[in-house]
Amino acid sequence: MNRYPVWKYAIIVIVLLVGLIYSLPNFFGEAPAVQVSAAKSTAKVDAATQSRVEEALKAAGLAPDLLTLEGGSLRARFATPDEQLKARDTVQRALVPDPADPPYVVALNLVSRSPAWLTALHAFPMYLGLDLRGGVDFLLQVDMKGAIDKKAESFASDLRTTFRDKGIRGTSVSRNGQTVEVSFRDAAALDAAKRLIQDQFQDLATTDSQDGSNWRLVASIKPEAARRLQDAALKQNITTLHNRINELGVAEPVIQQQGLDRIVVQLPGVQDTAKAKDILGRTATLEMRLVDESAEGRAAELSGGPVPFGSEKFLERNGRPVIVKKQVLVTGESLTDAQPGFDQQSNQPKVDLTMDAKGGRIMRDVSRENYKKRMAMLIFEKGKGEVLTAPSINGELGNRFQISGSMTVVEANDLALLLRAGSLAAPMEIIQERTIGPSLGADNIEKGFKSVMYGFLAIMVFMCAYYALFGLFSSIALAVNLMLLVAILSMLQATLTLPGIAAMALAIGVAIDSNVLINERVREELRNGASPQAAIHAGYDRAWGTILDSNVTTLIAGIALLAFGSGPIRGFAVVHCIGIVTSMFSAVFFSRGLVNFWYGQKKKLKTVSIGTVWRPKTNGTAVAEGK
Amino acid sequence: MEFFRIHKTIPFMRHALVLNIISFVTFALAVFFLLHRGLHLSVEFTGGTVMEVAYQQSADIGKVREAIGKLGYPDVQVQSYGTSRDVQIRLPAQKGMNSDQQSAQVMQALKTVDPSATQRGIEVVGPQVGEELTTNGLKALGMVVVGIMIYLAIRFEWKFAVATVLANLHDVVIILGFFAFFQWEFSLAVLAAVLAVLGYSVNESVVIFDRVRENFRRYRKMSTVEIIDNAITSTISRTIITHGSTQLVVLSMFFFGGPTLHYFALALTIGILFGIYSSCFVAAAIAMWLGIKREDLIKGGPTKRDGGSEDDPNAGAVV
Repeated sequence: MNRYPVWKYAIIVIVLLVGLIYSLPNFFGEAPAVQVSAAKSTAKVDAATQSRVEEALKAAGLAPDLLTLEGGSLRARFATPDEQLKARDTVQRALVPDPADPPYVVALNLVSRSPAWLTALHAFPMYLGLDLRGGVDFLLQVDMKGAIDKKAESFASDLRTTFRDKGIRGTSVSRNGQTVEVSFRDAAALDAAKRLIQDQFQDLATTDSQDGSNWRLVASIKPEAARRLQDAALKQNITTLHNRINELGVAEPVIQQQGLDRIVVQLPGVQDTAKAKDILGRTATLEMRLVDESAEGRAAELSGGPVPFGSEKFLERNGRPVIVKKQVLVTGESLTDAQPGFDQQSNQPKVDLTMDAKGGRIMRDVSRENYKKRMAMLIFEKGKGEVLTAPSINGELGNRFQISGSMTVVEANDLALLLRAGSLAAPMEIIQERTIGPSLGADNIEKGFKSVMYGFLAIMVFMCAYYALFGLFSSIALAVNLMLLVAILSMLQATLTLPGIAAMALAIGVAIDSNVLINERVREELRNGASPQAAIHAGYDRAWGTILDSNVTTLIAGIALLAFGSGPIRGFAVVHCIGIVTSMFSAVFFSRGLVNFWYGQKKKLKTVSIGTVWRPKTNGTAVAEGK
Repeated sequence: MEFFRIHKTIPFMRHALVLNIISFVTFALAVFFLLHRGLHLSVEFTGGTVMEVAYQQSADIGKVREAIGKLGYPDVQVQSYGTSRDVQIRLPAQKGMNSDQQSAQVMQALKTVDPSATQRGIEVVGPQVGEELTTNGLKALGMVVVGIMIYLAIRFEWKFAVATVLANLHDVVIILGFFAFFQWEFSLAVLAAVLAVLGYSVNESVVIFDRVRENFRRYRKMSTVEIIDNAITSTISRTIITHGSTQLVVLSMFFFGGPTLHYFALALTIGILFGIYSSCFVAAAIAMWLGIKREDLIKGGPTKRDGGSEDDPNAGAVV
């Protein structure tokens, strides 16, 4: 009656093992580490950087006990802070030859002390929220209306140019809010314009009207195009923010989309909000200039001769110098999009660029006059420029053109990203900020964990005293519940916040409910005269329906919190929901496994009254009453 | 150990009317205080700046208030926070000054009075965030109520759904009433607690209604009142023990969790206490007034194993 088949025990053992492995990293604490991340959008942290760091450390006689490359940053863990400081200096010397222009940020950090085999299994500790570790937290609002306005403006100027090119006469184009209004003198022009828009501007929807001898056309951005635009604007802003924040050398910044038009930026360990704000607001700029192809220019480029007057020397990413003219043709302002793709004919990776009308016109003129010459794209950050690419012009360019050549797919992606990263797609403002001092964070985490621990101990003592062996089973199930909760949160790499800890504490209280229901049911069955084995069986079975109902209703509340909550509420809701699910497993399935393991075998020992064996007085009277 | 040695069914429903009147009065009072005093909303809802400042010795709140008052803030709240050395200062948003200037100005003023003042944390919230939180909070509340009602209407019957949700709202409004009466700070964490109470307090009603359904099936001769009394009596030990253990944890949060969890735990405590009461007296009583009958619960479909079968109607879901 009370026996689990082997496969159920197998499930329990597997779940316990997995839970143990994934919750383990949280208990190792943190060790000093050195973190390398890119300081410029043109620098990259990859396997090559890793081997450079390895070599440098080896040469200095330092051996990190763990070296990981993840998410564009490299982390080397050391046993003591002494080694950490030495390693920082070594890596700094190796990677940053010129401190005035650092391509990499080498920062001190803390990394979980968990052993390499756990890391190899992708078992990482939970990420601690800012309220637990200190730092700055910004909530940025992206001005989507601004983004659409900007786009409408660029459509207006595009239309103006296109109409002029196609000889559609007598038009006046103006932007009115988020729509573009065009007026014509005759119906033929209107028709031609309409066809043109349908053909070339698929993102626009048109409506026309006639007012006397005045024909009017209103072009508005299609809703799906607007949505795409907003999405792209948000993504681009996030990318740009990433690039800027890297400058701060923050160990583990969080830059996340929240909702449709918000971005959360968290900078752990940063106390100086003013500097952080300054950097968030800074722009990198993109410039297109012609390469100086004069004899002097070439000489300077190839053999390091003097840079001719009117030109400047910039370096390419691989360190090769390029001499470009000082005159700026087009800036990143005119670039509206850059997307990686494949050339259909040569099947080579390429980057498609889209310019606004003004930029397109300039590109056309320049390309016509400078056929087969080279044009450089430069990115300026912190006042220093670098050449992204310097392709030669192979034809007349318009407002849409492509860069192709000997690029890999990865390079094409990077280039497109860098080109886009130059500017913000839409203006942003900070609508919420929080700074939490490190001591406050440490306080919070200590208090939070204390409250979970004491709550857990109190329940455990009570359960064991009240339900004896069954209470012990319940307590073990509760501990398993807590472990699984931590394991799942770690697997999801969720951010643990103070409300999250509160939810954990609450989960303990709620989870024990299921065990109380079961234990009380078993007692009741015994009181009514059922045999111990039957009582256990009926107790679990009958309590199950109630447990399911009550947990589903609690879960409904949790999901509502998850759906509508933000920030701290969400942190609470995630833990709350997971806690409910894990408690179903631990309180019903696992605890029954324990009970079955203990009592299920004792087929002949039915005379032993279990669960109430430590309370013979009550049991005796109750049974007598019941019968 | 056994706390509950109940030999006879306790006639809970006999006192239902009196208790319901008391409930109604409490409820009305809560609504009155909510409307009259309103909630003392935290900066997350209202927008503004909250600073936390630590001193080396016990802070003199009067002096802090005086120093900030000199800066020309008409409405500044200063209160101790956590320990006597920590002070929390709330500044309303002021035109023509951003939060940085505001906080820098305040810190400077505080340092001239006592140089040991150090800023431990600052939180700035724009007004639109607060508006959104309020609407989202209401949406969440609505979704919880509707979701639970639908679930209960499917699993039980509409009368139970209505009774449960009314009992639930009773708890929530009373928690809010407490916060309004004592002018405790209503923060996002408290809102989370209130919504958690919603889900949690339904538990109670569900457990009792589950038993009511079972009793209807088992004791064919009992009247509805007897059946409800019996259901509450036979689950009362579980109710009190469950709530007791949850309360243990919540108390642990209350005492050890620090100031941030203080009001969260307080809201849960009120929710737990009223949760016990409301599920026994409010939910069950409303279900009784709504006139639940055996036929409401024992309908053809889900109860094929009629006639005192060993199994629960939900036995299909055995783990």
